[in-house]
Amino acid sequence: MNRYPLWKNLLVLIAVVGGGLIALPNIYGDDPAVLISREDQGELGEMEADSARRALAVAGYEILGARRRGGSLLIRFDSVEDQLSARDLLDEQLGPDYSLALDLVPRTPDWVAALGLRPMSLGLDLRGGVHFLFEVDTDSVVTKRVEGYADDFSRRLREEGIRRTVQPLDGAVRVELRRREDLERSEELLTEIEPDLEYDSGIDGESAWITATLGEARLRELRDNAVSKNITILRNRVNELGVAEPLVQRQGLGRIVVQLPGVQDPALAARILGSTATVEFRITCYEENALEADRLGRAPLGCELQYHTDGRPILLRRAVIADGGQLVDARQGFDENGQPAVHVNLAARGADAMLEATQENLNRPMGVLFIETKRELDERGEFVTREEKTVISDATIRGVFSSRFQITGLNVVEARDLALLLRAGALEAPIFKVEERTVGPSLGQDNINQGMRAILAGLLLVVLFISIYYRVFGMIATLALAANLVLIVALLSLLQASLTLPGIAGIVLTVGMAVDANVLIFERIREELRNGNSPQASIRAGYEKALVTIADANITTLIAAIVLFTFGTGPIKGFAITLSLGILMSMFTAIVGTRAVVNLVYGKRRLSRLAV
Amino acid sequence: MELLRLRREIDFFGQRRIATILSVVLVLASLGSLVTRQLNLGIDFTGGVLLEAGYQADADLAGIRSNLEMAGYADARVQNFGAARDVLIRIPPRQDVDAEGVGEKLLSVLRAGGQQVDLRRVEFVGPQVGQELTERGGLAVLFALLMILLYVMFRFQWKFAVGSVAALAHDVIIILGIFSVFQLPFDLTILAAALAVIGYSLNDTIVVFDRIRENFRRIRTSNAQAVMNTSVNQMLGRTVITSLTTLLVLVALFLFGGEALKGFSSALIIGVVVGTYSSIYVAGNTALALNVSTVDLMPPKKETANDGAVT
Repeated sequence: MNRYPLWKNLLVLIAVVGGGLIALPNIYGDDPAVLISREDQGELGEMEADSARRALAVAGYEILGARRRGGSLLIRFDSVEDQLSARDLLDEQLGPDYSLALDLVPRTPDWVAALGLRPMSLGLDLRGGVHFLFEVDTDSVVTKRVEGYADDFSRRLREEGIRRTVQPLDGAVRVELRRREDLERSEELLTEIEPDLEYDSGIDGESAWITATLGEARLRELRDNAVSKNITILRNRVNELGVAEPLVQRQGLGRIVVQLPGVQDPALAARILGSTATVEFRITCYEENALEADRLGRAPLGCELQYHTDGRPILLRRAVIADGGQLVDARQGFDENGQPAVHVNLAARGADAMLEATQENLNRPMGVLFIETKRELDERGEFVTREEKTVISDATIRGVFSSRFQITGLNVVEARDLALLLRAGALEAPIFKVEERTVGPSLGQDNINQGMRAILAGLLLVVLFISIYYRVFGMIATLALAANLVLIVALLSLLQASLTLPGIAGIVLTVGMAVDANVLIFERIREELRNGNSPQASIRAGYEKALVTIADANITTLIAAIVLFTFGTGPIKGFAITLSLGILMSMFTAIVGTRAVVNLVYGKRRLSRLAV
Repeated sequence: MELLRLRREIDFFGQRRIATILSVVLVLASLGSLVTRQLNLGIDFTGGVLLEAGYQADADLAGIRSNLEMAGYADARVQNFGAARDVLIRIPPRQDVDAEGVGEKLLSVLRAGGQQVDLRRVEFVGPQVGQELTERGGLAVLFALLMILLYVMFRFQWKFAVGSVAALAHDVIIILGIFSVFQLPFDLTILAAALAVIGYSLNDTIVVFDRIRENFRRIRTSNAQAVMNTSVNQMLGRTVITSLTTLLVLVALFLFGGEALKGFSSALIIGVVVGTYSSIYVAGNTALALNVSTVDLMPPKKETANDGAVT
């Protein structure tokens, strides 16, 4: 007799019912939606929500539903086209004080949602969107830091009247002293300023030298910090762009992955995300002749030669009053002449400096320097980064101001982008796009449909085949296959791992391979029957003897899947995840699951033959 | 129902020589093609730009080519993708840094004739990323083989481990060879397929080995070849049925999975066929060539037996 203890039957039952419940949210699908929030993060009032709804109703949109999410309003639409055009309409009607984000909202009924169950998240290749891989130019952070040290050292030594030349090198600063007598004192001074550097020194005839090197640990820390800060800044920018469920994640040492589902304008996204634009406010060297400096190609002491966007040479003082990093807020708007402007709000430190500078320089021009880092190839074919600086405005200071003022000299798009960038903060180190993948929404939907069709067709073919070939046992294996699929979907929903097209391929392959365990068992049962064993004994022996083989075979496949997961990126990882989950689940459904059913069907009877 | 009710055993290993020659020829031809023709690597590995777009009507490839040429993309490769309305444009990595916006520029070239063009996907991969992927891909295959070698050594015996790894290397080389000979586009998903084949083919090999081990212990004969032949025959039903069900779903994937999964499913179909053959011949033959015998597969003696103490 073949009977399972009660706990085993219960285990199978719980797994299947529980899995079915967890997988349930996936059958409802999603609605495209627009999320309306206030820019100032405040709660959206009833009036505002109403006016948005009315605007849509007037324009003839069919709203499937509108509900609150946090302080924001979520409006669901029938189609993606409606969603996109409604977003544009709302953007126009509501103005710049509101931000709009595209979203996909599961159509899950309330009672399912109340259980905290969510559907699988779909990968970009299935729902459409943009994927970026950025590389962080961490070298530039090191260079900048070294230059900072060199400046500090030079200043300190000058104060002490020590004659020296200070040179920033690759990850180190070299100080050359004219007189060897200064060596001891200089070393003392430098270690006082920067005790964390590794110092080395020597005497060379009458002169002497000191090198201060950034240690391995310090370098790693610098680079690490730059990447983490960039991630934070990128997150801010993504939020400013208004994308629902974005992903900003570190990859490896110096790379950052950004995934923006639903975004269909990669050019805008790339421009905003990768922008290194920032501004500096400086008083101009109004007493000097800029044209003369341009002709000579040399700026007077304390000044810097820059050019206005209209081509005019302008001399700016080296001292910076304030820069983009000291801004607490920036909004796009218009100045009193109706020209596009960015209204900025400086933090306390910058505001004090600004107050002082405007008091001292009333009726003199102040320059706004726009700085952007670009990467290009030099003549040797290597990447070099170059800062591009232009003066976007040199308006005369008409009155004393401190924290609030405006930047002009830009067109509307530039003003909007700059306001966004200043708000989100400047990148710690420049980033460069090394990979971009955009999937249009139509392709995403095609991929889903084709993937589903492939799964169903594959399943149907296999089910037909094994039901004919193994009869009752084949049908039991079919149940196991279905349970296997449900469990994979349930696990993916639980883990919230995103399902991609290669992931679907993994599931399809699993369907084919999951049958293998049952084929092994059933063939073994047939073999036992041929050897003259009784049906019940054959069932028992079939399951027992096949177990080792199945375990060995599946573990080795699992090894391959894990290696895939470890070495693979994006699409390959997706495949590896579903394949591994499929293998693990199939071990349970094909062995324990089918046995439970076989026992229920045949376990209690005295049999003379088996339908296998 | 039974497909394979054999009266007599098939003498698989009697034709060892023919099988060996066939495998050696296939592997050498594959390696030769890989050296001379290389693989038609996709932009995942080489870097570059790929754009897929859908036209309302059948796309005029020649027109698109000349438009692209005028726009400065003389090196663009244009082809249909799946349907006559869909086009796939590939541009090799360029020296100019301005990878920004290549997708938009291409799209504007396509739309130049005033046609409705639906952008389906754009991929840009920097050359350094591609380089890394190639290295990681190769590393993944090697690492997978090594881990499997260790596992089979631990579960079976080193002669079997060598046999199974030989079979896997055989499969991977032949798949790569076929992609090289026919210059089929080789992208990331094909690499994933090749790795999945490693898993699948191994599955097959292990199942056969498992029975060989069982029979060696049971039959106790010095004729290793006969034992292996019996084992392969006993497992033949299972081997064929499993390969068949897997092939069924792969064919479904090939037919219904869309253009994006065509390459993937064809690589797996080749892999399953080659893998089934190799788990019978290559794995077994290698183990035979290494003089596998009953002694290799005796269960490890129990500690207590050595002590001689009866408890």
